[in-house]
Amino acid sequence: MADLQTSYLGMTLRNPLVPSASPLAEHIDTIKQMEDAGAGAVVLHSLFEEQLTLEALELDHHMTFGTDSFAEALSYFPEPDTFRLGPDAYLDHIRKAKEAVDIPIIASLNGSSTGGWTNFAWLMEQAGADALELNLYAIPTDADLTGAEVEERYLQVVRNVKAKVSIPVAVKVGPYFSNMANMAKRFSEAGADGLVLFNRFYQPDIDLDELRVVPNILLSTSYDLRLPLRWIAILYGRTSLSLAATSGIHELQDVIKVLMVGANVTMMAAALFHHGVDYLRTMESGLQEWLETNEYVSVKQMQGSMSQIHVDNPSAFERAQYMRALATYQLPKDRISGFFDNE
Amino acid sequence: MPRPVATLDGNEAVAQVAYRLNEVIAIYPITPSSAMGEWADAWSASGIPNIWGTVPSVVEMQSEGGAAGAVHGALQAGSLTTTFTASQGLLLMLPNMYKIAGELTPAVFHIAARSVAAQALSIFGDHSDVMSARMTGYAFLASASVQEAQDFALIAQAATMRSRIPFVHFFDGFRTSHEVAKIELLDDDDLRAMIDDELMMAHRQHGLSPEHPVIRGTAQNPDVFFQARETVNHFYAQCPDIVQTAMNQFAELTGRQYHLYEYHGAPDAERVIVLMGSGCEAAHETVDALLAQGEKVGVVKVRLYRPFDVSRFVEVLPTTTQAIAVLDRTKEPGSSGEPLYLDCVAALHESGLATLPVVVGGRYGLSSKEFTPAMIKGVFDHLKLEQPKNHFTVGINDDVTHTSIDYDPNFSIESPLVTRALFYGLGADGTVGANKNSIKIIGENTDNYAQGYFVYDSKKSGAVTISHLRFGPKPIRASYLLSRANFVACHQPIFLTRFEMLDELEDGGTFLLNTAYGPDEVWDTLPQNVQEQIINKHLKFYVIDAYQVANEAKMGKRINTIMQTCFFAISGVLPQDQAIEAIKDSIRYTYGKKGEVVVEMNLAAVDQTLAHLYEVTVPQRVTSNVQLGAVVSATAPEFVQDVIGAMIARKGDMLPVSAMPIDGTYPSGTTQYEKRNLALEIPVWDPEVCIQCGKCAMVCPHAVIRIKAYEPSLLESAPPTFLATPVRDKDWEGLQYTIQVAPEDCTGCGICVDVCPAKNKSAVGRKALNMEAQPPLLEQERENWDFFLGLPEMDRRHIKVSSIRQQQVQQPLFEFSGACEGCGETPYVKLMTQLFGDRAIVANATGCSSIYGGNLPTTPWTHNAHGRGPAWANSLFEDNAEFGLGMRVALDKQLEFAGELLRQQSDSVGSGLVDALLTAPQTNEAEIYEQRERVAILKQRLADVRTAQAQLLLNLADNFVKRSLWIIGGDGWAYDIGFGGLDHVLASGRNVNILVLDTEVYSNTGGQASKATPRAAVAKFASGGKRASKKDLGMVAMNYGNVYVASVAMGAKDEHTLRAFLEAEAYEGPSLIIAYSHCIAHGIDMRTAMQNQKAAVDAGRWLLYRYHPDRVEEGQNPLILDSRAPRIPVQQYMYMENRFKMLTKSDPEAARTLLGDAQHDVSVRWGLYDYLASRSYRKSNGNSEE
Repeated sequence: MADLQTSYLGMTLRNPLVPSASPLAEHIDTIKQMEDAGAGAVVLHSLFEEQLTLEALELDHHMTFGTDSFAEALSYFPEPDTFRLGPDAYLDHIRKAKEAVDIPIIASLNGSSTGGWTNFAWLMEQAGADALELNLYAIPTDADLTGAEVEERYLQVVRNVKAKVSIPVAVKVGPYFSNMANMAKRFSEAGADGLVLFNRFYQPDIDLDELRVVPNILLSTSYDLRLPLRWIAILYGRTSLSLAATSGIHELQDVIKVLMVGANVTMMAAALFHHGVDYLRTMESGLQEWLETNEYVSVKQMQGSMSQIHVDNPSAFERAQYMRALATYQLPKDRISGFFDNE
Repeated sequence: MPRPVATLDGNEAVAQVAYRLNEVIAIYPITPSSAMGEWADAWSASGIPNIWGTVPSVVEMQSEGGAAGAVHGALQAGSLTTTFTASQGLLLMLPNMYKIAGELTPAVFHIAARSVAAQALSIFGDHSDVMSARMTGYAFLASASVQEAQDFALIAQAATMRSRIPFVHFFDGFRTSHEVAKIELLDDDDLRAMIDDELMMAHRQHGLSPEHPVIRGTAQNPDVFFQARETVNHFYAQCPDIVQTAMNQFAELTGRQYHLYEYHGAPDAERVIVLMGSGCEAAHETVDALLAQGEKVGVVKVRLYRPFDVSRFVEVLPTTTQAIAVLDRTKEPGSSGEPLYLDCVAALHESGLATLPVVVGGRYGLSSKEFTPAMIKGVFDHLKLEQPKNHFTVGINDDVTHTSIDYDPNFSIESPLVTRALFYGLGADGTVGANKNSIKIIGENTDNYAQGYFVYDSKKSGAVTISHLRFGPKPIRASYLLSRANFVACHQPIFLTRFEMLDELEDGGTFLLNTAYGPDEVWDTLPQNVQEQIINKHLKFYVIDAYQVANEAKMGKRINTIMQTCFFAISGVLPQDQAIEAIKDSIRYTYGKKGEVVVEMNLAAVDQTLAHLYEVTVPQRVTSNVQLGAVVSATAPEFVQDVIGAMIARKGDMLPVSAMPIDGTYPSGTTQYEKRNLALEIPVWDPEVCIQCGKCAMVCPHAVIRIKAYEPSLLESAPPTFLATPVRDKDWEGLQYTIQVAPEDCTGCGICVDVCPAKNKSAVGRKALNMEAQPPLLEQERENWDFFLGLPEMDRRHIKVSSIRQQQVQQPLFEFSGACEGCGETPYVKLMTQLFGDRAIVANATGCSSIYGGNLPTTPWTHNAHGRGPAWANSLFEDNAEFGLGMRVALDKQLEFAGELLRQQSDSVGSGLVDALLTAPQTNEAEIYEQRERVAILKQRLADVRTAQAQLLLNLADNFVKRSLWIIGGDGWAYDIGFGGLDHVLASGRNVNILVLDTEVYSNTGGQASKATPRAAVAKFASGGKRASKKDLGMVAMNYGNVYVASVAMGAKDEHTLRAFLEAEAYEGPSLIIAYSHCIAHGIDMRTAMQNQKAAVDAGRWLLYRYHPDRVEEGQNPLILDSRAPRIPVQQYMYMENRFKMLTKSDPEAARTLLGDAQHDVSVRWGLYDYLASRSYRKSNGNSEE
């Protein structure tokens, strides 16, 4: 049997199949099912900085709104002794998850400011998280804010968090940096232990009936894999960071491809939504079978084998490849008339 | 070791003792006692034990009658049991009180004494409720202050257990129940020391048990009832001794010695006042002040009113007493004197004194009317007269029967050692909360005594609050409002032109103003009288732009922390650094549980405040000519100007008896004269974008958005900014169309903008209505509004009422109510008045709708240009369905009699007219119009017929026009306290229309759970989330088969609501409309509340349906399910609302379980209704089949 073990953030996992941060991990039962189905580790759903702030402000607003105004109704709600606000429920969840399963539990923290919320990282460690995934997610709209400032803010968050915890920290980012390789290097210098590539920014849509901007969550497809695939291939061997591939891992082939370009682990959510948690079992046995069929002895043997530094044509991952792709691209015949007839 | 001190109000002080001394607590909300039940419920939910180590069971009942029954049962079963109530609530308990006393059962009822409704309801304090219960056989113990209220709660419990006589422990509603004061707390050891476990076990042993069965509650006959009634005498005879013994024991424990009748004053007093309750405190300190002036006066504080101990009472009176005034805080019309007076007279008569002093009775302080040292001195002065007036009143000007005595209102005994601070704020800005907090800080961080009392508004929206705070080195007995302050804070600059707030400020005092103007520019913005007083009184004057600070701290309109910091910074009650640190500690404590961000926000506000607080260098020259604004316009009717205007100006206390209507009858349509100018922003109409759907007017809770369609020629005299556009509706082609906003009546809730479906095609963020700042628009829109009002109302015969876009031009006959901004109830009430108001009679249950509908000074029910409009009355909370049914029976009887008389007058009025009048269908506005014409002709023809029969007919002629009878109330009434009556009325088959404004909680008393509260919602008395599902009132009503039932939610489907109202009114039998009414108590954004209604329906949590009995005859299923199958999970709807969401923060496990249960409820209920609505009623062989 081929050895499926991999290492990620300094931890040894039984295989590189890791459910990524999603609402699936909100239920302890599901986390147990994930372990039973063969997950190498589990990334918990994210604790959102804005959510905590908003919840506290909302609660305060609604508990006080309309109070002390009218003699007969000086308040409208009973006031419990305590509220489980802030990260309490999430921390409890970490504890329960740790009690329920043996595989590593990776807590996920989502935010972008350098404020006090980074304290939550420490609390997560205290609650028992084996590692932390720091999800840096911001859409800057201020035209006076430079890219360099945004990058520095991200790095500062990483430094802040690393200063507070001793568990490994992976940074999950989007691809929109001028130079991803440089950012990877700087994240590493800031103390990050791994990179999770890439975050998917949910893009808003327009509802034409209601004339409203609406959030629109589109689950990933295998196509979305291409971007992380390229960057993992480029980064592999050039950084000491662990690399996790996320976005677009749906099929066994997807898993194999990103492992080959150098991913330590492969993360999936959409596929589990679609097929159910048991799909992990299918993936694990499929991976085992593929390795054996193709005479690999281990995942480690395969990891990075098709990274940029190990392939025969490294430029395939670079801009030159783009030129080649265009030059060889042919429109499907049935579309040609449409392009030229202004139909 | 000294006992801990705390600053708390009377309700909490009493509840803390009562809770720890009982095992069962049966409760029902009623102002001002509700908070005692709320505390008990909260402590029980938190698992706090009583002194025996077990957590008391707290049970909310459906009424006070129910609570009393439950108390009686629990007592009979041997548990120590208590309850809390007031006013009508106590009256509903009377039958059980006779039983409990007759059975010699120990129990204490704690009463926040309140007026009983007579010519009007009043929530405020006097003794009319407890006096109505004085014959029940209970003992009555009266406490006069927050400290006493706590202490007597314990003494009463000890005494009831020793005497076996049940006790009413009462204290003055609001004055004591709501006064925040620094008191010494009783700990569990104190309670244990006073309560004998043996007696507790004896009570238990006396309870019913099959181990030693007895029969209790027999029916007795003439032979023995009387003798049996006399068996209890010696228990009553011993009771005073028992109470005094308990008081003595209490004194040994705590050092606070009380007596049944407590004399304070000169040992050789000649003039003595006798009274009970909080007035004793004011009398006590007034006596001290008069003694210092050498007067020979004293006061007897009556603690134990029943059993009345004649000898002890007489004993405490100085033998030198020559004249006594016995003051009652109640009125018993037609009596030979008020109750306490009569008791005292009888006691003195029985005393055997050789020379009896002169005794007169007086009334004071009804409905929390101020009772001040000036009035008390007035009474003492009055007793100097050779023949003092008996049965006098004090504190009012009775210019009709001349009962009132004079006093010098300028007499004041406010101590210079006491810091006296007045704060004028808005409910929404958090002023009261901040002041309660300040009292705590001072009370608990210094040796000073502290007192806070808060005066609230009669309106729920834009409510003004006035906080009266005192701090001083000695116990504060001032049970009256501040008349002289050394600190005044105005938290809203607009108040400067509305209230003469500096009148109370002493020379050299401090004035703090929240204003957008800085220290160098504020002076010229002040009204003239304010400038004059600042100069003449040599005031220190400070300004802060609290809204700027709040804005920077992201606190919105909550300026509480900021203004509190200012107070401490400049008042000097505490060293500034110590005060700031104490505020910060308090913030951490108060807001800590709401999250770090909230704490940080408030701390930042404190830090920012000092940097924005400026002392103003006061110019010595008056520069302003701005005067206080007139409260009502000069065109208002005389009664409105003279009487209602005085109330609006907060000068109602000055109105003489002659100004008041004698029987509680007031003119309708008076809110139009009270221009409250609450809105910072008002909706502005864009006719280019408008699609003229009428939805904005329909949802407007305050009837400030009006629509008219009219002849174009009328625009010739329109103001230049008046907007108009051609009508889009084909039926009214050629007319012009205007949507106009009443700028001074709008509350700025914004709900109209939220529902407006028309978006600007070039900027979808803008609609046909957009909120814009009110001040720059005020002048022009006021002119436009006046012009709009002058445009003719459309002839009702030309309005297609089934279409909202046309129907909404109907004039609302319910306008500008004092309901909360964005209220969910009032749009339904207003709709009813638009459709049927000119021929409607309304029976209104007590609750929110009776308060925003009937609370003085101004009331929203109004009339049209013909003088017709809804005639409205409120009876009680519990009897509204019966009240309405009585009206219906009377109207039906009158119509029947009128018909009989009409037939008899056939010769004189003409048979054709008789037939037409009696057979007129009156199913639409045209037919009603014709009937009105016929009635007019009938009146003309009868005018000259001089027979008695003809005059009787003339007297009833208007009854030929169809009357629309509406019974309106909330869910507390319909589902709980009034359900028995409602059920009976539904079963009566009479043609009544019942509108249930279902907010799913007792909104008016602050959000207690009712049986309409949905599962999983947090409410008071359901702080752990309601475990049971919502009662299906519609299903109950449908059971009868002959009741029209509709369940509506305007925000989900407004056409459906309109249709239901039309069908319900047209149905010749009982109709029930259950209307989903969003509410401030749901914890929602009121601006977008109609979206919550829609989500409730989309989730299936609220069903839209109509059950029309007439359809059965047509072979159709009477039930029409008008909402679609649930489209969103119930969670999506629920977590839009704090009432559900907060449970996820306070008890996540319970929230998860209840969410599952709630979803199950929805699925099951939908399935049931879907099944019921799909059954076939097709007739075959003469029988209906399913």
